[in-house]
Amino acid sequence: MLITCPYCGPRDVIEFTYQGDGNRERPQPASQDLDAWNAYVYDRLNPAGDHNEIWQHSGGCRAHLRVVRNTLTHEISSVAFTRGDHKVAARHKAEGKL
Amino acid sequence: MVERQSPLEPAPLELELRTGSHGDFEHGIEVILSETRPGSILQLAAWPGREKELIAGIRTVTGLALPDGAGAGSTDGARSAFGFAPGKFTVVDEAEGLASAFANVVTPAIGTVTDLSHGRTAIRIAGPKAEWVLAKFFAIDFALPAFPVGAGRSTMHHDVFAQIQRTGADQFDIYVFRSFARSFWKALCHAGEEVGYEVQ
Ligand SMILES: [Zn+2]
Repeated sequence: MLITCPYCGPRDVIEFTYQGDGNRERPQPASQDLDAWNAYVYDRLNPAGDHNEIWQHSGGCRAHLRVVRNTLTHEISSVAFTRGDHKVAARHKAEGKL
Repeated sequence: MVERQSPLEPAPLELELRTGSHGDFEHGIEVILSETRPGSILQLAAWPGREKELIAGIRTVTGLALPDGAGAGSTDGARSAFGFAPGKFTVVDEAEGLASAFANVVTPAIGTVTDLSHGRTAIRIAGPKAEWVLAKFFAIDFALPAFPVGAGRSTMHHDVFAQIQRTGADQFDIYVFRSFARSFWKALCHAGEEVGYEVQ
């Protein structure tokens, strides 16, 4: 399986570390919403098909990546830096979600 | 600076570490291995949005103009610089004291300067079979059009993290963690046996 790092180009999967499901939304650290924490820790979509994932190019540029991987075929349909995600966080903040 | 001892020394008993010709060299030496021992090895990192100022700072201090693009780099023989990650650069000088030269150029508002001079070992592999030998270690494309002179790559061999800069058409400088350098060097020697290698 090859993952095309936006910085390094196509690299063997051995250079990457899986950082978990990319669909999770972590509650605020002070949150006492047990359902939200339960969902964050345990609930997984487990799709047979495209899956949002977080990977790190740990054996290369070390960037954290958002990857969409097909769980049936291992086909990777998109790879992007998570680094831009602070914009999403800023929007959530503006909308009072954080 | 504190005087450094190479992790490749002392080498009284180990054939691979001694200068001279080794392996199947009767048909010619096709790779040359050496330790370049730069005085300064730095890692520079720009805060998001400050990358261009950092690249300008590298030019101010070293005279090296980095081309645009991921992994782009440049070398003039004495000094070398290349990108190895988004907003991050390795900058190397034969001379010591490069970190202090950057101190007033890369300000805390632009980014960070980390002196790795004692933490990395620089190994040079040169010769017509350099690409061939490195291709046995790293799953990246070493062909000149894909990996131009001056460019850098971050990759690994088993879990030995390596930054590789092409410093000539058939020459590569590999930066590895100092603590792995001795075993990595020996692995390079074993990989070079079939083509005949010389240790300089
Ligand atoms: Zn990468």
